[in-house]
Amino acid sequence: MKSCLATIGVLTLAALSLSACASDPSESAAKGDLTVAASDSGCKVSATKLDAGPSTFTVTNAGSKVTEFYVYAEGDRIMGEVENVGPGLTRNLVVDLPKGTYEGACKPGMIGDGIRQTLTVTGESAKDLSDSQELTAAADSYARYVKSQSDTLVVKTTEFVDAVKAGKVDEAKKLFPIARTYWERIEPVAEKFGDLDPITDGREPDAKAEGVDFTGWHRIEKQLWVSGNTDGMDKYADQLLSNVKKIVALGQDAPLTALELAQGSKGLLDEVATGKATGEEDEFSHTDLWDFKANIEGSQAAIASLRPVLEKQDPALVKKLDAEFAALDNELNQHQDKKTGEWAFYDELSKDQVKALSNAVAALSEPISQVAAAIAASA
Amino acid sequence: MKDKRSTETELSRRRLLGAAGIGALAVGAGGGYAVGQQQAQTPAAAGVADPDAAPIPFEGAHQAGIVTPAQDRLYFVTFDMTSDERDDLESLLRDWTAAARQMTQGNDVGELGAVGGSPYSPPEDTGEALGLPPSGLTITIGFGRSLFVDQKGRTRFGLDGKLPERLTELPSFSGDRLEPEISDGDIAVQACANDPQVAVHAIRNLARIAFGRASVRYSQMGFGRTSSTSTAQVTARNLFGFKDGTANIKVEEKADVDDFVWVHEKDGPDWLAGGSYLVSRKINMRIETWDREPLEGQESIVGRTKGSGGPLSGGDEFETIDFTAKDDTGQPAIDMKSHVRLAHPDFNKGAKLLRRGYNFVDGSNGLGQLNAGLFFLAYQRDPGKQFVQIQRSLAGLQNDLLNEYIVHVSSGLFACPPGVGAKGFWGEGLFA
Repeated sequence: MKSCLATIGVLTLAALSLSACASDPSESAAKGDLTVAASDSGCKVSATKLDAGPSTFTVTNAGSKVTEFYVYAEGDRIMGEVENVGPGLTRNLVVDLPKGTYEGACKPGMIGDGIRQTLTVTGESAKDLSDSQELTAAADSYARYVKSQSDTLVVKTTEFVDAVKAGKVDEAKKLFPIARTYWERIEPVAEKFGDLDPITDGREPDAKAEGVDFTGWHRIEKQLWVSGNTDGMDKYADQLLSNVKKIVALGQDAPLTALELAQGSKGLLDEVATGKATGEEDEFSHTDLWDFKANIEGSQAAIASLRPVLEKQDPALVKKLDAEFAALDNELNQHQDKKTGEWAFYDELSKDQVKALSNAVAALSEPISQVAAAIAASA
Repeated sequence: MKDKRSTETELSRRRLLGAAGIGALAVGAGGGYAVGQQQAQTPAAAGVADPDAAPIPFEGAHQAGIVTPAQDRLYFVTFDMTSDERDDLESLLRDWTAAARQMTQGNDVGELGAVGGSPYSPPEDTGEALGLPPSGLTITIGFGRSLFVDQKGRTRFGLDGKLPERLTELPSFSGDRLEPEISDGDIAVQACANDPQVAVHAIRNLARIAFGRASVRYSQMGFGRTSSTSTAQVTARNLFGFKDGTANIKVEEKADVDDFVWVHEKDGPDWLAGGSYLVSRKINMRIETWDREPLEGQESIVGRTKGSGGPLSGGDEFETIDFTAKDDTGQPAIDMKSHVRLAHPDFNKGAKLLRRGYNFVDGSNGLGQLNAGLFFLAYQRDPGKQFVQIQRSLAGLQNDLLNEYIVHVSSGLFACPPGVGAKGFWGEGLFA
C-alpha cells in the first residue's frame, strides 16, 4: 500500500488505475494501466495478472541507479522496453500483449538479467498470425530492439566522445567498453552500411593496407590505452559520433528482414569466433569480453524475435539453441564481476578458459547456422 | 571400357545424389559433378584398375585401418569431450559411425550431402571430396584413459567397470619432452587415405559433427607411410632416409597378427575383444644434424645399410639379423646400441608391434630448420608388454644411438574397439 501511494505522489502525467491499488494486485486482472515501482533492489509491478491487449506500464525509478524496464516473452523475447530511466524519473511503456506468460524485469544499473516478476496475461488471445505475418512480427520485434539499443548507443557514444574531448582519459576508458556494448549488440545493422562500418569499427592493419587514415573506435582506443592521453582525438571523436548517428538513422530507416535477422544472428557469432575469441578486436584495451557478451546478446535478441516462427518450424532446434545459449552464458558469466558488471580483461584469461569459451561458441554456432533455412522454409 | 571397380564408385556417388531425391538440384550442377567424376578417373583411363576407386569395407570383426595395407597419407586427431552427458557420448559415437560409413565408401556425409540441401542451410557435407574416389579411406577410433576417468579418478559418462586394465598412463621415458597440449585426448581418430584431401575431409566432417559434444585437442597430418603392413608393399623410408618398418608385423602373418595385435576375449574387458591398443608418439627429428652425419655413422646408428636396408651383419633387407656377427676389427657388426638391435624382439622378450607411422613436416622453425619427424603409430594387444617394453630398451642417451637425433614430443595410448556390423556403432559395447 505504501509503495503504491508513494508512486502516486511521484506520478503527475500518467493516469493510475486506482483499482490496481485497491486490492491485492495479484488477485484481479488489471486493465490497461499499470505502475512499476523500480528501485536499486526492487521491481514491483502493480498487477501480475493482466488482460490481453495493450497495457501501459508507468515506470518510476525511486533508486539511485539508472534503470530500465523490459517485458519479456518466453526465451527473453523482448515485447517492449524502456531504457535509461534515471533516478527520480518516470517513463511510460505501452505494450500489446497477447494471452501468455511474460516477465517484467527492472535492471538497476542497466546490467544483468534484472529483477523479474512473472506476468500472466489472459483473455481473448490475439488472432493466430499467418506465416508471413509472423515473419513481419519477428522483423518488427527486432526493429524495436534495434531502436532501443541504438538510442542508448547514441547516448553512450556521446558520453564517451565528451569525455575524450574533455581529456578525461580514465572516464573515457571506462565508457569505451560500455558504449561499444550497444554497438556490438546491433552490429549486423551497421554492417549493412559497408562504407560506414570500416571507418567506425575498422582495425589499424586494414587501414594501413588500404592506405587510409585509421579512424573510429579503435583509433581512440589506441590513443587512450597506448599513449594514455587524448591528444589529437577531437577530430576522431566528432567523426565517430557523427558516423554512429548516421548508422543509427540508416538502420532505423531500413530494418532487417526476418531472413537477414537469421543471418545476422549467425553473423554475430561468427564475429565472436573470429574477432573476440582471438582477442583481436580490442587489441589495445583487451575489453573483448564486453563485446563478446554484447554480440551474444544481440544474437540472442535476434533469435528471440524469430522464436515464434522457429517454434513452429523446428521446435527441436529452439530447444538446442536455448541449451547452447545457456551453456555459453554460463561459461562467459564467470568472467564478470557481479557487483560492478565489469568483465575480465581478455589477456587475463588462461588458455584453457579461452578454449572453453571457443568450444561453447562453436557448440552454439552449429545450431545457429540452421536458423536461416528454417526461416526460409516458413517464408 | 570401364573397369568394374570404378563403375561401382561412380554408382555409389550417384546413388547418394539419387537417393536424396533432390528435385532442386540443377542440371548444371549434376553436369559439373559428372565432369568431376570423369576427371577423377582419368589416371585409370589407360585400362589399369585404379586401386583408389574401390572402397575399403567399413564393417567387419575388426576396425579397418589397422591391418589394412598402409595408405599414403594420414590425418590423425584427438578430441576432448566438451559435454559430460553420457547421452552425448553415445549419440556422438553413433553419428560418427554413420558418417564414417558414408565417407569410407566414397559418399557425402548426411542425407542431402554437399550440394543437395536447402540453399539457406550450410551443406551437411563440406564438399571438398566431391568427385574424388574413396582413395582407400579408413577411419579408426580409439578411446583414451581420460574418457573413462577424470584426473581425480572419478568415473566419467557412467562407464563404471569399462576402463581396460591395460589402458594405463604410459610411463615417462628418459629423454621425453612431451607437450601436454599435443598429447593424449579422450578420443583419437586416425584417418588414412591415399589422397590427403580425402583424409582431411573425413576429419573435418567428424570435427564438425562433434561441435557441442567434443572439440579437437590437436591434429597431425602425415605423409609417406613409413611402415609397410603388407608383404605386397615395399618398405618406405623415413625422413632419415632409411627404410623403416622392415621387421614390422605384416597382415599376411596371421599368427603374429593374432598374437600381437588383437585383444582376445580372455584379455578383457568384454567390449574390447577384437580391438587393439594404439600408441601414438610424435617424434621430432633433428634433421639438419643428422644430415651432417657421415654415411657410416648413420648406418651404424641404425644398424642397417642405407641403400638396401640390409642388416650390417650381411644380406639383403629381409635377411635374418645376426647380432653375434663381428666386423673386420672384431667389433660387433651390429652396434650394441644400434636402433635395430635395441628394438628387436630378441632383446625385448619377443615383443613385436604393428607399426603404422607417417612422416611429417610442420613447416620450419624460423632458425632455418625443418619441424619434421615421424608420427609413430603402433597397434598392439598389450601395451605394457609391447610398446613400453621396447621403448624402455630404446629410451635415453645411454641406449639407442638414434636418441641424439630424435625427441618424443607427444604421446597417447588409446583402446580401439572392435569393428562394427551393419547396424552397430563404434564402442557400442561401452553402453551394453
